[in-house]
Amino acid sequence: MSDPVLEVVDLHVEFPTPTGPARAVDGVSFTLDRGMRMGLVGESGSGKSTTVLALMQLIKAPGRIAGGQVRLAGDDLLGMTPEAIRRARFSRIALVPQGAMNSLNPVLTVRAQIDDLLDAHGSAFSANERSRHVAALLKRVGLAETVADQYPHQLSGGMKQRVCIAISIALSPQVIIADEPTSALDVVVQKQVMQTLIHAQREVGAAIILVGHDMGLMAQFAHVVGVMYAGRLVEIAPVGRIFSDPRHPYTRMLIASLPNFSSRGVFRGIPGVAPSIVDPPPGCAFNPRCPRAENRCSREIPADDLVAAGHRVRCHFAREVADVAPA
Amino acid sequence: MSPLLEVRAATVAFGGGRAAAPKLALRDVSLTLPAEPSITAIVGESGSGKTTMTRLMLRLQDPTRGTVHYDGQDLKGLDRAAFLRYRREVQAVFQDPFGVYNPFYKIDRSLLLPLRRFGIAATRDEAYELARQSLEAVGLRPGDTLGRYPHQLSGGQRQRVMIARALSLRPRIIVADEPVSMVDASLRATILESLYRLKVERNVSLLYVTHDLTTAYQIADRIVVMFNGEIVEEGDPESVIHQPRHAYTRLLVSAVPPADPKVNWGLENGALAA
Repeated sequence: MSDPVLEVVDLHVEFPTPTGPARAVDGVSFTLDRGMRMGLVGESGSGKSTTVLALMQLIKAPGRIAGGQVRLAGDDLLGMTPEAIRRARFSRIALVPQGAMNSLNPVLTVRAQIDDLLDAHGSAFSANERSRHVAALLKRVGLAETVADQYPHQLSGGMKQRVCIAISIALSPQVIIADEPTSALDVVVQKQVMQTLIHAQREVGAAIILVGHDMGLMAQFAHVVGVMYAGRLVEIAPVGRIFSDPRHPYTRMLIASLPNFSSRGVFRGIPGVAPSIVDPPPGCAFNPRCPRAENRCSREIPADDLVAAGHRVRCHFAREVADVAPA
Repeated sequence: MSPLLEVRAATVAFGGGRAAAPKLALRDVSLTLPAEPSITAIVGESGSGKTTMTRLMLRLQDPTRGTVHYDGQDLKGLDRAAFLRYRREVQAVFQDPFGVYNPFYKIDRSLLLPLRRFGIAATRDEAYELARQSLEAVGLRPGDTLGRYPHQLSGGQRQRVMIARALSLRPRIIVADEPVSMVDASLRATILESLYRLKVERNVSLLYVTHDLTTAYQIADRIVVMFNGEIVEEGDPESVIHQPRHAYTRLLVSAVPPADPKVNWGLENGALAA
């Protein structure tokens, strides 16, 4: 029944520093089924953006992919030649980058930027077909055809974000990676952009990885949610289980810290600060902030524990069914 | 007792000339912050005028028409001593915890300099002692914070240092413009709690500007909704959130994703509005 389009196995990404390698991504594994939407959450520096950049092979030197495998519909992405990777980008795995509004070229029209992508991938469209393709793309993301001949500064933030989504689906990729696509947008526009993203994803039948730190948005968007902490994927489960039966204390605290419309004057922040990935705490990296921590947590790195179908947790106490996070 | 801060019938116009009508950032808006400690949240989208409102209150800008009053007195009529008192008692915390620090100086400087300039601490030791107390009041360990450069602290820590700096000057009100929007979701609760406790424990009022209705509901005594340069709705959080009267407020409430996958927010079946 499962039909993986993307398989990531034991991925490692390192950045050299004077005091040793910083393990930005430390043994991340997951599979993404065709057409599914996955959310990847974590705080700044947890490795979520680095993970998805590694999938696109966009890690800049001196950073490097230090190990692992990435298979896209069975093909080994990490073993491809640079030219093969270049061709795979956007035609098979596309990126809606972080701060997508600033990723558009300010001196080119929207049409010229879509043409650029088509040219780079050797499109055989005639001029007429191309024009129709651009119009159809813009229509798919809810924009008028006239937007094609406008410059980025003539568009609002939400419209620019939709242009970036249009570019990401232009070549009907199998996987779309969206790295915090709405973090710079107003809340009302955020919802519209997310609707656009889902609509576009369905039209081309792509799977999506959405990177972000808003658990509320993940609850609504994702089929599967992965939680990263200090370079490790500490919990991954179907969205229903993440919210109804979270097993990692960090996941529980992330959910408990969300404000809602039923309690006022109540704050459940996560105490402490994120660890340094150059010199992480021994054992489980969350142990200095964890209310459940015991001695073994600062000695042994928890193994991946499959507690239910599709639900993996890296915590020594993952099989305890605890109540909600302590206040 | 006079209200703490009061904006009276303020209009702010930008640009304009023979060819074009000026753009109105605020249209004849009045807002009163009471003398007793309170937390007022201003919510609205980009361009709604909420930041312009804070600029008036901080006197970073004067209104084109209308007046701003502190403790009953027009800000334009304050003498030097009264203006200095106003500058000390009305403190600001800005959105970007990365942009507000000079990267060449240790963060100690941001804490000590205002204490010396406002004459609150007579000596360097006294200033350090006050800085340490303020850092502890916002949940930071002085030993881990003082002596460091801005880049050595996380965004959440930097934002709390800004709150500590404001607090050390014994303000009556802190004007915070989107203080947590650039901070990780997991740290927002901690920073908002620091601000909330200043009201409860130290009688410091807060004007909290945000586009996030959930945190406004969490922290405020009163919510003011702005749209297109006007206040379209204001009231206590229960009624504004649970019985919104204005269509724009209803739109804002519906734009908050429910943190429960079983609640249908309508992402899947939304119409594609251009």
